[in-house]
Amino acid sequence: MSSGQRLLIVGGIALALWGMGYGLWYAVFAEHQALDGIGASLATGFSAAAERNTTGADAALLQYRAAKYNYDRQVDVHGHWIALAMLLIVVGIAYDRVEFSRSVKFAAALGLLLGSILFPLGVLLETASQGPIPKGIAVLGSALVIASLAGITYGFARVPSATRD
Amino acid sequence: MVTPSNSARSSVVGVDLATFAPLSARRLLVLGGIALILTGMIFGDIFAVFTLHQNAARVGAGLAAAAHAAVQGDSRAVISNFQNVGAFLENRGTKVDTHVHMIDFGYLALMLAILQPWIAFAESLKKKLAWIFLFGAGLLPVCVFLIHYVGLAHSPFAAIGWASVFADFGGLLVIVATLAFLLGLVKHFRTPARATNPDRLLADRSGPSRALLSGGLALVLLGFLHGAYYAAADLYAHEELDYKLLSTMTANAASKDAAAVDTALANYGQLQGEKAVNIAAHAHSIEFGLLAMLLAFFQPYVGLSDPWRRRWVVVFLMGSLLLPVCVLLELRYGLVAGGVADFGGLLVIIALLAMWIGILRYTGYLDTSMAVVPGAEDE
Repeated sequence: MSSGQRLLIVGGIALALWGMGYGLWYAVFAEHQALDGIGASLATGFSAAAERNTTGADAALLQYRAAKYNYDRQVDVHGHWIALAMLLIVVGIAYDRVEFSRSVKFAAALGLLLGSILFPLGVLLETASQGPIPKGIAVLGSALVIASLAGITYGFARVPSATRD
Repeated sequence: MVTPSNSARSSVVGVDLATFAPLSARRLLVLGGIALILTGMIFGDIFAVFTLHQNAARVGAGLAAAAHAAVQGDSRAVISNFQNVGAFLENRGTKVDTHVHMIDFGYLALMLAILQPWIAFAESLKKKLAWIFLFGAGLLPVCVFLIHYVGLAHSPFAAIGWASVFADFGGLLVIVATLAFLLGLVKHFRTPARATNPDRLLADRSGPSRALLSGGLALVLLGFLHGAYYAAADLYAHEELDYKLLSTMTANAASKDAAAVDTALANYGQLQGEKAVNIAAHAHSIEFGLLAMLLAFFQPYVGLSDPWRRRWVVVFLMGSLLLPVCVLLELRYGLVAGGVADFGGLLVIIALLAMWIGILRYTGYLDTSMAVVPGAEDE
């Protein structure tokens, strides 16, 4: 097993366990509260409108916006970590078919693993701060994933060196 | 001296007899995994045609009723309508969960099937674990589907019905079997003199296998590119618009402007449609890509002639590209694009079914070979 292959498979399994653990924690301790909060703030906003209380309606909808912003990102993070982990494992199993030198393959594997960790992490950090740093981490992570995947796809599609003549 | 069983072991059939024997863990997981994916996809199609749009219309109608109740100053009706919306969303959620879990468990089964030669347990134990996995993987989605219909009938719990209890039990079985396989994998890597049977699945470099691997990865890449574009260009604007439209609805409801509420409701429906098609295109492109990559490993087991294996790979990749692209085009071309997207989904299902039948054919061929290779069954 090459170093790139080991990095992808071990990293993928670790990321899958991390993503599932995070999802389990979120489902047990936060998701129901978040969904209740979203539903309740929406109903409160429309009830306040029925009572001609526009200030109350605005306040409730602001709560709705904040709760939904966080909920969407928490669910995205869980889904993306696990999906990226599956991708790392599958690419890792087939990695000896990538027609590049060992060093290029290791660099691509490292880029894919780092991107798979950083992209959802940046999205998760957006729930704590809406500044440029979390967005920057998410953009860097997704750029790493896309660039590494593009390279690996090309490596898979290349004719094996043994049959190239 | 070369005995018949030794010569068979050195041949392709001999290798597969050792790793893909009747009712072996790998065979159970491959056939069961693809069956789960096929069932999940067909269920998803039926759900999309007969339930999804009707359910979305009911959710929209519920929101409209709540907004109009607010216009009329009836806050009780507002709450009651939001409760109805919650029930519709729960119904929809359980159907989506059934579809997604069945397909994802199928993917997991295929991944576990690839890893079987590295699971350092006796074949009899691996077989039992494969059965436990498949039983749990079938039980969970079926019971999730039943949650909406069974409700709390005869349940000893205040908030959890029997369907949820059995669904959780199914999930537990899947976790137990997967963890046990993972333990077998760790045991293998901790064994100093580890040896595995030669495995054709990892050595295959045939055209169909390479096309599925590179095509699958290209689909995953396309899905990521689209996701990145959506996040950069539309995601934040859509989130802002979602809030603004709801805010417009409540403000106009408070001032009893029913016409303005209707306009905001129509725009809100359009926005939800835009979000849904973008997410569906992103998710389906990546999921089909992953499936193509998993199927690449099993091409040596597809017992069809080379031209037919190539044709089904082309059909699979075409359908996998057509569906997400046409889902995206639904916003501009409506039902025509939707129909072509459904056709793409059908191509994927047919190609997957053809590969599954090919694998079944190969098992028949292997089993017949086993009958004429003395001692092969003991391997």
